[in-house]
Amino acid sequence: MLSELWQYAFAVLVWPGILGAGALGFLYLWVARKLMARLQGRKGPPFYQPFFDFIKLLGKQTVVPNGANRRLFYALPFMSLAATALGLLIIPVPGGAVGSFPGDVVLLLYLLEVPVLCDVMAGYVSQSIYGQVSAMREAVMSLGYNVPFLAAVIAMAQKAGSFRLGDLQAAPAGAVTALAAIAFLLALPARLKSNPFSIPNAEQEIVAGAHIEYNSAPLATFELSHALELVLLFDAFFVLFMPRLGESIANAALYLAVSLGLAALATLTAALTARLTVKRAFRFYWLWGGLVAGAAIVLAVVG
Amino acid sequence: MNPFAKLLAVSRRKSPWIYVLNSGGCNGCDIEIAPCLTPRYDAEQIGVLRQGSPKHADILLITGPLTKRSHGAVLDIYSQIPSPKAVVALGSCPASGNVFAGSPTVDGPIDKYIPVDVWVSGCPPRPQLIIAGIAQAAQLLAEGRTADQQGKAKPC
Repeated sequence: MLSELWQYAFAVLVWPGILGAGALGFLYLWVARKLMARLQGRKGPPFYQPFFDFIKLLGKQTVVPNGANRRLFYALPFMSLAATALGLLIIPVPGGAVGSFPGDVVLLLYLLEVPVLCDVMAGYVSQSIYGQVSAMREAVMSLGYNVPFLAAVIAMAQKAGSFRLGDLQAAPAGAVTALAAIAFLLALPARLKSNPFSIPNAEQEIVAGAHIEYNSAPLATFELSHALELVLLFDAFFVLFMPRLGESIANAALYLAVSLGLAALATLTAALTARLTVKRAFRFYWLWGGLVAGAAIVLAVVG
Repeated sequence: MNPFAKLLAVSRRKSPWIYVLNSGGCNGCDIEIAPCLTPRYDAEQIGVLRQGSPKHADILLITGPLTKRSHGAVLDIYSQIPSPKAVVALGSCPASGNVFAGSPTVDGPIDKYIPVDVWVSGCPPRPQLIIAGIAQAAQLLAEGRTADQQGKAKPC
């Protein structure tokens, strides 16, 4: 009993939880910043930059805007962090301690939505007009990108005939896997809020998005939560669409390669594109995202 | 110095986020800030990020002679930056009023109202000098030697 508790504590705090995934997430954030800088012909920040940004924010004074609900203001970043850390607990990555259980796919989808909800509420709680615009955009966007995203997961679950991540991972690859992977990749930039779907956090347009009034430790917690969300999404891609290799070292190497590849792909997309309007992004997801999603589900049901 | 304080000091030196505020100058200094972030100088190498919200900033870059119209906004934005914070005054205007000196619409010099930690000279200063000023302010933040950290900032 006690050893099991230790196992869970280790999984939440060290690997695949906050410490390990935080380090990985900061690495991916750095890869994104560095690659973006190189593509623009700049040198870019050193690899420890996101870590020092995080520590510096922890050491600053917290300013809560007038009229904001203080409890909610402080609670939101931690809710976001807790949801992503729990999501990491249930996802079967290399070295993950906790086994897969029936229905964990549904739980994972729910936990992936919590950071989005926290961002929407953070925008409204901040009392800033920019934060409110950002919150509205984020809510609208989530109705768009969830069409291909949910369809990708549902198609895989339908094919495997189960809502267990373990079964989804073990399912053999086929045409459904390819279509579902494309649907997932379509939704990825919007989930990461990077170009061309950097609509909720549009800099130069609505300043800093939903986090505009956040500073110091709450902002640092949001940053950490974003890093964990990044890892969680890459983990989900790895579990859903990548074959599981027999040897643990090969499996871990594949895991890292896939995650870094996704980070690079998202950055490349961001560097090559300009921000779309909400209307166009929504249209994109319901038209093209919907087409891919529909094809994946139909193929999964028929095939 | 305990290990966390040491780490925090290094972090403050390595991660200066800036907020640029024009207090009624000619825009020359603001134009010189932009190249700091472009491929030629790339201040992101030393961790500089330009922030759109004063709530996210560590260093306030202030340009212009502080006109009467901008006076209130400058004090407001300075007080919105969470401590510890540093102020870098860019160019000759904040220090002396420069070509605007003696004008009835000018309220400067700026350190009558907010404490300045680093003065960067020039009209406008060169980008290298601006980056050097930011790096010096970040060093002061790390060592705890800014006016804000030593409690010298007057309540506005």
